[in-house]
Amino acid sequence: MFLFPFFVRKRNLLNWANFISQCINGLVLGALLALISSGLTIIYGTLGVMNLAHGALFMLGGYAGWLTYAHTQSFALAVLGGSLFTLLAGLVIERGLIRFFYQRPHEDQILVTFGLGIVLVELVRLAFGSLSQSIPAPSWATGITSFGFMLYPTYRLVVVGIVSLMLTLLWAVLYRTRLGMIVRAGIEDAVMVDMLGINVQRVFMAVFGIGAMAAGFAGIINTPVTPITPDIGSDILVEALVVVVIGGVGSFPGAVLGGLVAGEILSITAMFDPAYSQVMLFVVMTLVLFIRPYGLLGHRGRA
Amino acid sequence: MRDWSEVHVSRRTLLRTGVGLAGAQLMSSLLPDSAFAADNREPVGTYPEGVVGNSVFVGICAPRTGTYAAQGEDEIKGYLLAIEHLNSGHPLMHRISPSIRKGVLGKEVKYGVADSEAKPNTAVQAHSRFISENKAIMITGSVSSAVAVAINKLAQSRKVIYLPCISGSNDTTGKDCVRYSFRECFYAETAANAITPVLIRSLGKNRKIAFLTPDYTYGHTVRQSMQDALGKQGGWTVVTNQISPLGTTDFSSYLLNVANSGADVIININFGRDAVLSTKQAKQFGLLDKMTLAVPYNTPFLAKEVGADIMQGVYAGTDYWWTLQDRFPIARSFNEEFFRKHGYMPEWGANAAYMQIAMWADAVERAGGFYPPDVIKAYEQGVTINSTVGQVHFRAADHQLVRPVVIVKGKAPGAMKNKDDFYDVVEVVDGGPLMQKPDAFGCHLGSYT
Repeated sequence: MFLFPFFVRKRNLLNWANFISQCINGLVLGALLALISSGLTIIYGTLGVMNLAHGALFMLGGYAGWLTYAHTQSFALAVLGGSLFTLLAGLVIERGLIRFFYQRPHEDQILVTFGLGIVLVELVRLAFGSLSQSIPAPSWATGITSFGFMLYPTYRLVVVGIVSLMLTLLWAVLYRTRLGMIVRAGIEDAVMVDMLGINVQRVFMAVFGIGAMAAGFAGIINTPVTPITPDIGSDILVEALVVVVIGGVGSFPGAVLGGLVAGEILSITAMFDPAYSQVMLFVVMTLVLFIRPYGLLGHRGRA
Repeated sequence: MRDWSEVHVSRRTLLRTGVGLAGAQLMSSLLPDSAFAADNREPVGTYPEGVVGNSVFVGICAPRTGTYAAQGEDEIKGYLLAIEHLNSGHPLMHRISPSIRKGVLGKEVKYGVADSEAKPNTAVQAHSRFISENKAIMITGSVSSAVAVAINKLAQSRKVIYLPCISGSNDTTGKDCVRYSFRECFYAETAANAITPVLIRSLGKNRKIAFLTPDYTYGHTVRQSMQDALGKQGGWTVVTNQISPLGTTDFSSYLLNVANSGADVIININFGRDAVLSTKQAKQFGLLDKMTLAVPYNTPFLAKEVGADIMQGVYAGTDYWWTLQDRFPIARSFNEEFFRKHGYMPEWGANAAYMQIAMWADAVERAGGFYPPDVIKAYEQGVTINSTVGQVHFRAADHQLVRPVVIVKGKAPGAMKNKDDFYDVVEVVDGGPLMQKPDAFGCHLGSYT
């Protein structure tokens, strides 16, 4: 009953056209979240490190792509530049910092990655200032697509396609290659894999690089949608963490499912009142934790 | 990140001031009937500590990071130009007020700049430090009304004069007004009353409004004032009010709601980067082809960032636009000085900052000293000042400047005569009749000491 005035006040927005519009928008938001979160979850699943610098890597990808675009005027090269740069950054960070923390308590890992995130953000701020930067969508993806009942920016739809492609690629690497097999074995029992004569260290390095690249790739793909600023990663990190928790920590399919669920929650709640979108995300996360403590597709944690 | 590199007080001057202070205190206790007897009033705020040397310190705090960074930087440019002009005895200052000579009462103005991040907490900390450590005799700066209102309270409790810069909420000189604060710029109520007749004239009666509102005091009061004025004068109704948090980057959900609301006018109250992104994305979602955009409280650099093709034909309320130089000679001189330094025409944040400093210097000169109650009373005399938007004066009852509101209309890209020529000035609406009665929003100024 107490909800009644609330619905009456908003009744002009509660119609099928808006509902379907928001569902499609949720899919777009969810696709990006899925990609960012998959990087986070792969790293955690394999290395056991919750990488709180993931948001900063997302931001780094955006800036690297923006710089590449500024010099080449090519969107494809910007995506490539952004991805390669964050891959490289990931490798350097793993070798130079993270590997010294594998044996240390989780609190130390969280603190060091959190600190690293702050350093990266401030370095970018120092270099490029605080004003937002953006790159235009590629010319073939600009404009508006009409669905009849709604108009939608074409590029945002393209994002769903690009992200699906990237997620399929990641899935293939994880589930259809030798590297992926070792990674999955490493998740189960790193010591045993090591004893079998496989260089786990090198695999860890590769996984951190790939996880970082997923964030960086998402960062550059997102730049035509929302311009980048040095602190853009902080909000994304929080949402990605929620997605990972909903989907199941360490689970790749869980991150994808969690991303899509989160996107729809954010968007459909916005139809009633956007102010409650974020709140609803956390409400759902809490509910999931009640019903399935290891997330939707997660299982009892690694040793 | 706070930028202390610009705090122009060396260790040596601090030490010297400290020794001077100690000496002064000793002197005054030994010689009660000496020169100090001329000023045997109780200390108020940073007075007399802050004025013993041959310079005074002004604390500037504006957002240099985050959603309002571009507007904050612009504001800082205005402050620095004004302080430079004061210290060098520039003729423009003297033209604004004949009372202003070189420096302020012959003292050099020193300053520090801090980043508020547009967050009230951060701003309160920075200004508290300016007051405690630098003995700031005046503090200034704001782009967010949430900050302005918070610093109002700080100013009143610490008894240091505060000059908000950009602050559009009714509350700043309304329910949260204080004796120690003076606002230069226009605000929700004057913006609404100025732009409403223009909107009704061009778009007709009984239109349906979708508001895009930032979720804090500024957004809510502008929305309320606009809704009241448009409803009363034109029978316009609100079909949706999309409230977004400060710093939103993706407006897609809000815009889809607007698209499905049946509105025919979008009134965008968002400010800073929020205004830029929401406007750009409204275009991407095809809204601006179906609905008319109106901007009651225009953001500096909005047209520059979203482009003239989006802003053409859009009516906006603003504090200042550089082509006012055709009507006001002071504006021409100010534009020239600013352009020479920065290579573009000043926007209204820089203008407001410049005028705030000039009017403060005027008040201090007329008060004949820095004793805060005297300076406040000088402000409250409501003396007329030649500003960049014509003759203005402060209203004693709520410390709001009585000043015109400028209504502009976006030019078509082809009609622009230079890279800064984004708007035609449609009307310069006389400020007095636009204002509410001083006590209508519950202003109680509080005490002088």
